[in-house]
Amino acid sequence: MENIQNFQILWFVLIFILLAGYALLDGFDLGLAALLPFLGKTKEEKDTLIASIGPVWDGNEVWLITGGGALFAAFPHAYATAFSGFYVAMMLVLLALIFRAVSMEFRANDPARAGLWEKALVGGSALAALLFGVALGNVIYGVPLDGRMEYAGSFFTLLRPVPLLFGITGFAAVLLQGASWAVMKTEGRVQERSFKAARTLTWINAVLAVIYFVVLVYAIPRVSGNALFYVAVAITFAGLIGLFFSLRKKNDAGPFWESSFSFIGLFLAAGAAQFPSLITASNDPNFSLTIYNSSTGLYTLQVMAVIALIGMPIVIGYTVFVYRLFKGKAKADDHY
Amino acid sequence: MDALLLARLQFAFTIGFHFLFPAMTLGVALIILISETLHLATKDEVYRKITDLLARLLGLIFVVGAATGIVMEFSFGTNWSQYSRTVGDIFGPILAAEGVIAFFLESVFVGVLIFGRKRVSPGVYWISALLVFVGGHLSAFWIIVANSWMQTPAGYEVSAAGKVILTDFAAAVFNPSTVARFLHTVLATWITGAVLVCGIAGYYVRKGLHGETARTMLKIGIILFAITPVLQLGAAHGHAIQVINYQPMKAAAMEGHFETARGADIYVFGYVDEANEKTYGLYIPKGLSFLYNFDFNSEIKGLREVPRADWPPVNLVFQSYHIMVTLGGIFIGLGLLGGLLLWTGKLYTAKWYLWGLPFLIPLPHLAHETGWITAEVGRQPWIIQDLMRTAHASSVVVSAGEIAFSLVMFFLTYSLLAVMFVFLFVKIVKQGPAGE
Ligand code: HDD
Ligand code: HEM
Ligand code: HEM
Repeated sequence: MENIQNFQILWFVLIFILLAGYALLDGFDLGLAALLPFLGKTKEEKDTLIASIGPVWDGNEVWLITGGGALFAAFPHAYATAFSGFYVAMMLVLLALIFRAVSMEFRANDPARAGLWEKALVGGSALAALLFGVALGNVIYGVPLDGRMEYAGSFFTLLRPVPLLFGITGFAAVLLQGASWAVMKTEGRVQERSFKAARTLTWINAVLAVIYFVVLVYAIPRVSGNALFYVAVAITFAGLIGLFFSLRKKNDAGPFWESSFSFIGLFLAAGAAQFPSLITASNDPNFSLTIYNSSTGLYTLQVMAVIALIGMPIVIGYTVFVYRLFKGKAKADDHY
Repeated sequence: MDALLLARLQFAFTIGFHFLFPAMTLGVALIILISETLHLATKDEVYRKITDLLARLLGLIFVVGAATGIVMEFSFGTNWSQYSRTVGDIFGPILAAEGVIAFFLESVFVGVLIFGRKRVSPGVYWISALLVFVGGHLSAFWIIVANSWMQTPAGYEVSAAGKVILTDFAAAVFNPSTVARFLHTVLATWITGAVLVCGIAGYYVRKGLHGETARTMLKIGIILFAITPVLQLGAAHGHAIQVINYQPMKAAAMEGHFETARGADIYVFGYVDEANEKTYGLYIPKGLSFLYNFDFNSEIKGLREVPRADWPPVNLVFQSYHIMVTLGGIFIGLGLLGGLLLWTGKLYTAKWYLWGLPFLIPLPHLAHETGWITAEVGRQPWIIQDLMRTAHASSVVVSAGEIAFSLVMFFLTYSLLAVMFVFLFVKIVKQGPAGE
């Protein structure tokens, strides 16, 4: 028993890392795409912005796919309960992801309807980013579950104020990721606009982060006894303060790292609040899905750990390699 | 309509659509790898132009494949939650391994292949082509593992609570049907790629467009088209024998056999009257028994071995199977004909043959769809052969109305994707290889 618990904890941590990796990486391309109309005014400016995410967005999305697969493999009950319970919301996520994926390719090849595909890109990216936060907010804040581990709420249960607040906080963090990525990858007028957007978003993020942490303590009182939570708060504000200064100094690369840093803080706080629960039952704590009652068997967790601990460092290695191939400022004619 | 039926329709529709694209990705990735290898070896610009055109097409194919693939990954949780709870121990790790081992590799290097020509050295570009090829085939491998485990489960135990527990990962991965199914499916995707490239290049050559580039492209395509269907005959034969051994009721449905018999016939085409349990059509007497182990009198099981409630829809399986096999025969014939024309130097002037090539492009897809219907419908009523019924697999909290909503949503979205895909595909083909 002792032994399986170690692996259940390991898998909580690994899934946390996969989802945080997803949030940081797909965060910047979703955020950039959602800000497209604000950052780019001419076709060429927009081409440049899209070229900065073109080669990498799909690899970024695989963090979500793998995170989903890992959740299925380690905690199938959590995967089954959340995905079937939040059915309509999940379908909207899929719709949003489909459109953001195809719209970049369609826009490049179909100039006659470029405006339409741009709207699909902006809308799909924004909707996906917002819905992820709301979903995460719900599993943390808690949803009604029944004794068979099944979701007992409706679509509108998902739209309560606290999860919506979490959704908006996450959305703002994603937009900041996007703006600071644009700061790093562009020059001239587009970069000017990105600096401005990032500054505004830093303030918005700071306000939302304060509300988020207060609500988290209020909603999940036990988190205030957790040292990790205070570390998370410190990380978030350290990131935001760093951002404030490097944006003033017009530093190119700093803001992206600082934005990522503050985003990690938000995530870490959520993880600290959530552990060892996966989906909190709001009606009866005994119905909650935790890492202990929803995992697969020891052998599966072990096999998966071997695959992940060997595989993921290799993945990270070649991902860094490819990012370095595309480093430097993006150019409008990078496509083909 | 009830929720289960809608969930099944949705799965069949979304997977049937998704598969159209990976099938092209794998085939095109092979041809890109060949052409890029020749480019690296000979420095001939012709190959670079071929790769560039195919990489543009791959960009379009890949993006639709990725967008529809993520739907599949979610669908086990959204629509088949009871299934996911029961087999998370085995099915989950396979999907997760697919992410870690395959999708990352493919997706990260597809970015280089499509956007990197001007940024990276020829060597790195070639390696990217190789890794996209390898990553794509690994994706196919893992998903085929998942599917094969549902057909011929192995490496597991059933717990007292009815949960499936993994006991031997290697045995689950290399279950009795994995290798045969993987070989057959991969060869099928290579046929798809060969036919696609032949169709495009055949059109160019007939119209006198893009000179040497078009002819070289056609040559590569035709050589593959001449070889792969013949290889497929061997792989398909092995796969069919595997089905007879491990899923005898599916095999019985494929040939419409109700009675267990020594010396079972094989149908060229026909019709199964399920109500009266009779099969009509043109057949080769004792052919199936002979092909099974080269003995005209070997025993083939019939459907009556199991209760009627455990039969799959027989005529549907029979017809799908026969459409696939017929198409296989057509590919062998046309591929060898193309090879002969190439060999005798008549290919580039054989207008009638070139004219026909573009019309072949949809046919491998038809073979794929009918092949999968054979495999999946033939497994019914089981979602996992002899272990779990499809009727017990779907989500309990999802209503028929919700699934109807998402089915309509996918139908409309995918229709739009299909129209745009064909439109842009034709447009890229008409623009031709860059630099002409
Ligand atoms: C270009 C596509 C293509 C072509 C020409 C063929 N097939 Fe096929 N077939 C497929 C594409 C396919 C597939 C990739 O769609 C399937 C679905 C599941 C699988 O393993 O491969 C399939 C399944 C499948 C099955 C098994 C069902 C199962 O998986 O349980 C059998 C027995 C065959 N095929 C046999 C043949 C034979 C005898 C062919 C004649 C030459 C043939 N196939 C041509
Ligand atoms: C890409 C090729 C595939 C196609 C075209 C395909 C097609 C189908 C079809 C037509 C059905 C419906 C059967 C029926 O309702 O009678 C079905 C069912 C199913 N298939 Fe596949 N399949 C494919 C691959 C896979 C793979 C790789 C998996 C697993 C990883 C899978 C898992 C399932 C499941 C879970 C069902 C259950 C739903 C049901 O039986 O209706 N399929 N598939
Ligand atoms: C139910 C079954 C399936 C699931 C859950 C599934 C899942 C996925 C996912 C999530 C992606 C996107 C990856 C990315 O973003 O890079 C994808 C793409 C892909 N899938 Fe599937 N898939 C299924 C069936 C199949 C089958 C049967 C094959 C091949 C034999 C296949 C081969 C591929 C390949 C090669 C890609 C890369 C993208 C492309 O080629 O268009 N998949 N799939």
